[in-house]
Amino acid sequence: MDILFPVLLVAGIGLIAGLILAVASIIMAVPKDETAEAILEVLPGANCGACGFSGCSGYAQALAKGEAKPGLCSPGGQECAAQVAAILGTEAGEVERKAAVVACTGSLDVTHEKMVYDGIASCAAAAMVAGGPADCRFGCIGLGDCAAACPYGAIKVCNGLASIDTSRCKACGMCVAACPRHLIQLHPAKKQAKVLCSNCDKGAATMKACSMGCIGCMKCVKNCEVGAIKVENFHATVDPEKCIGCGKCAEVCPRHVIQMLDI
Amino acid sequence: MIKSLIAIFLAAILTENYILNKFLGICPFLGVSKKLNTAVGMSCAVIAVMVIATAVTWPIYTLILVPNNLAYLQTIVFILIIAALVQLIETIMHKYMPPLYNALGIYLPLITTNCAVLGVTMLVIDKFYNPASPMGFSYVQALVNAFGSGVGFLVAMVIFAGVREKLEMCDVPKFLKGLPITLIAASLVAVSFLGFSGLVDGMLG
Repeated sequence: MDILFPVLLVAGIGLIAGLILAVASIIMAVPKDETAEAILEVLPGANCGACGFSGCSGYAQALAKGEAKPGLCSPGGQECAAQVAAILGTEAGEVERKAAVVACTGSLDVTHEKMVYDGIASCAAAAMVAGGPADCRFGCIGLGDCAAACPYGAIKVCNGLASIDTSRCKACGMCVAACPRHLIQLHPAKKQAKVLCSNCDKGAATMKACSMGCIGCMKCVKNCEVGAIKVENFHATVDPEKCIGCGKCAEVCPRHVIQMLDI
Repeated sequence: MIKSLIAIFLAAILTENYILNKFLGICPFLGVSKKLNTAVGMSCAVIAVMVIATAVTWPIYTLILVPNNLAYLQTIVFILIIAALVQLIETIMHKYMPPLYNALGIYLPLITTNCAVLGVTMLVIDKFYNPASPMGFSYVQALVNAFGSGVGFLVAMVIFAGVREKLEMCDVPKFLKGLPITLIAASLVAVSFLGFSGLVDGMLG
């Protein structure tokens, strides 16, 4: 009979604790937001932060409260926006498909390393050492911080240059944040002129550093019929809002740095 | 009296640190110390749970278990109580302190089975239990010790989060990458804490 009391005691403590918890969970029940949970089911669950909220659950809560619009989720795309809109009972709106583009063509064929970098294998670290290992202080370092950041395996580094497989790119923007040189940008996925260089040095300096660099010659500006190109800091930029994709700038570019990419 | 409480508090942080000296709670120490803010969040939850758990388990031990000669049930009863307590704290926080719940939310359930919390509740009884005055001064001492142990957990976590952030940028040999170098770093931090031994006794007599 000696065993009976301890067993009863432990069972009693367990029972009391269980009862207290049961009562507490009823008294202090927090109403669950069913809309937010339904939306969370629809979202891709990549937690990439492309929408500007803290992960998918943050976006789902903001949507349920009506503080955000459907269609901010670029990995989910049009289909996801339509499903979210169906849950909320609103219009989906247009989701513009975007893709990441590396604004550099400085592979090892066209530019050179000015030193042998043997430090930590990360672009962020290499960029801090004497302006980076390459001749061009604006270009791709090629150690693959972006490839490591990409959750979809869309980026590969070949020949010292990051290249993006646009069919896999979901425009989450992880690589944009990872690149210490800010070379990667999200562009609308349609045929438009892209300046694949970020060098802001004067023309002569750019020519020395890379045989593909933009030298700010203004030929593209003169040939653009819609005024979509401007040159600042010896470097051309295309306004994607204005560009009609005629391709005249790409024809006249002496450095072949403007290309018509159909992403 | 105040002096003895200060001595207990400092000893719990420096010379009897639960992670670096008693090697309890190594799991969160290695698991959650990758980033400083998560380490601080986890430690704050541990401090709260350690103090509250001690405040509850001490009376149960002294007023229920000991009079009935059931002190041998200590472990199982304490685990039961700590688990229920953590669950209760989580429910209360979810209702009344949503920001704190969101900050600590994932760490609280982890603490349920944290051996450091169980260790504190059991070791304070070993140390301060005095049958003559079960709920007197020794109860206050036990609470101060529990609080100090929690703060010691925080100190160890914060120090080690700093060490690990440095470690990320180091060129570690391939065979040591990951957990091995983390364990070596942890042992070095623990050895450095040995330097505090005798400090509290020397300072406060």
